[in-house]
Amino acid sequence: MSLNIELIKKLTQTYGPSGSEEKVLQVIKEEVKNFCDEITYDALGNMICRKTGKGKKIMVAAHTDEIGLMITHIEDEGFLRFTTIGGVSVEQIVGRRVVFKNGVQGAIGVEYLEDKKDFRVEKLYIDIGAKNKEEAQKYVNIGDSASFAGEFIEAGNRLISKAFDDRIGCYVVIEALKNLKTENEVYFVFTVQEEVGTRGAAAAAYNIHPDFAVAVDVTSTGDTPKAKKMAVSLGKGAAIKVMDRSIIVSPSVREMMIEVAKENNIPYQLEILEFGGTDAGPIHLTKGGIPAGVISIPTRYVHSISEMVDKNDIEASIELLKKVLEK
Amino acid sequence: MLLKELTDLMGASGDEKEVREKIKEIVKPYVDELYVDKMGNLIACKKGKKEKPKVMLAAHMDEVALMVKSINEDGTLSFSPVGGVDNRILVSKTVKVGEKRVNGVIGAKPIHLQKREEQQKPLDFDALYIDIGATSKEEALKHVSVGDYVYFDANFELLGNGYVKSKALDDRIGCNVLIEILKRDYEYPVCAAFTVQEEVGLRGAGVAAYNIEPDFAIVVEGTVAADVSDSEPHLVSTELGKGPAISLMDRTTLYDKKIINKIVKIAEENGVPYQFRRIASGGNDAGKIHLTKGGIKAIAVSVPCRYIHSFNSVAFLEDFNNTVKLVDLIIKNIAKEALI
Repeated sequence: MSLNIELIKKLTQTYGPSGSEEKVLQVIKEEVKNFCDEITYDALGNMICRKTGKGKKIMVAAHTDEIGLMITHIEDEGFLRFTTIGGVSVEQIVGRRVVFKNGVQGAIGVEYLEDKKDFRVEKLYIDIGAKNKEEAQKYVNIGDSASFAGEFIEAGNRLISKAFDDRIGCYVVIEALKNLKTENEVYFVFTVQEEVGTRGAAAAAYNIHPDFAVAVDVTSTGDTPKAKKMAVSLGKGAAIKVMDRSIIVSPSVREMMIEVAKENNIPYQLEILEFGGTDAGPIHLTKGGIPAGVISIPTRYVHSISEMVDKNDIEASIELLKKVLEK
Repeated sequence: MLLKELTDLMGASGDEKEVREKIKEIVKPYVDELYVDKMGNLIACKKGKKEKPKVMLAAHMDEVALMVKSINEDGTLSFSPVGGVDNRILVSKTVKVGEKRVNGVIGAKPIHLQKREEQQKPLDFDALYIDIGATSKEEALKHVSVGDYVYFDANFELLGNGYVKSKALDDRIGCNVLIEILKRDYEYPVCAAFTVQEEVGLRGAGVAAYNIEPDFAIVVEGTVAADVSDSEPHLVSTELGKGPAISLMDRTTLYDKKIINKIVKIAEENGVPYQFRRIASGGNDAGKIHLTKGGIKAIAVSVPCRYIHSFNSVAFLEDFNNTVKLVDLIIKNIAKEALI
């Protein structure tokens, strides 16, 4: 299998903070529309690609949103004040560039602080080069969201970009969807608002009510200098989730995934993530409970503008998802 | 004045009966269906000429308050907050305890006896007690009981030119908006949910939405206004006199930008002032409603109120009137978009 690097690049670079996922959904729709029997959207904005079949009803979820910022105030001098969308480490964002939906770009600055302990999001601002409020309002308004800029680059067998969380998951799902050969009825859900509390997935799971669900998302690694201990490394294969803060994957689901990986010689590793959760969290607690598992793509520097993934892990994840869905 | 009647009623989270009974009596002549669900939410529905879209309105009946957690040997009462109460505002205030509305005062060690470090930080709930004039536990037990709710003793008053002050504007002012809406007729079915237990974690609204199954929901709140002199301009959240505040994002909901843009357009076309709620903290019933079942489109419109969650919050009546106008316009013009 060869990876569609252009598509991966396009997915990561497309604008889509939580609540503003339309552009990402449009890119995905163009890719998958000829492979779905039906594409629908629900009240929250999730896009659902259905492949009809007579077998098990399976839901696959990958989230389309990324972390970002939202404008809350425009100063008379043209500077923009903001709040965060999702898990943004504000101490890391001074000097970063941001992009708005209409393409306008800006840089993040910080007030002069006598005491470094006063550093809070309220002390930061975005400078879009506007001379005053009036000029700023030609380009942006209160309530507009921005995503962080972080270009896509290839580094050896690895890739660096913003928003691999979770566009790389979207890519894995797109490739599995295109190559799938199964009698199962599969609902591929490209979810919204994961980063603000896994909100989209629960509604989708309620409507679909599948027999089984798989979420595809990124996970952290423990393979960098003095990293927090974690038994996941870049390049060692698809990660099969055991546990995170949102789910303890049922042993039968986990064993099934391991078995599929072994049968098909797909490299895999087991993942225990001490912080964070995925769409599988709310999905497995929907209605009377839905068996759910997670395939994770190991990713360094999650939620930074330089997230890093390994090509072999992407291939392994696509293969594992495909085989799990065909089982 | 209806707002006075509503805010003077006592209705803490879990003890909304008085408010519920009053609202029931007021809305009865205007609605086709009126029931109380298992959580205690009051649901008042009006039929429309069409079946869909079904619009849900939500405003919570409960207010923040205190609860007696133990009765001390000396006859004083220890208490816990019910909902988000600021411990700095409590000392020396008068309260009403239990169903008998026993008079009490929140007491603390007098300043003369406090150590310097005690004077420098606000007294915690554990350092405060309620004095009902009882001299022993036995005497106190004749009047009050563990588990009694303790209400802020503060009345509604008119203030200056068009302002009001009272406890519980959050969210009786929202309840009042819903009542005004129920007096009007719409093309679509409209169900007003007067919800319970919002202040302790949006507990009533999800159940109400589950039963109502609306296509579109409008939450009406009394929300934070910090338009006071020491707030930096980018941290005021909302301002009195600038009209209803439309929520963009809070801890529980990211509101649909497409719908917000339509509301802004409708407000501008009809000359109704509006503002955005410009902070992301806090949450409201929309958080539970929009995630109910397969997802429900929900927005939030609020009357700005200063000093909420205290004995005396302040609102501007024209903001209230404009909130009624805006909610009316949203039902007439925007609700139908939820079906597309």
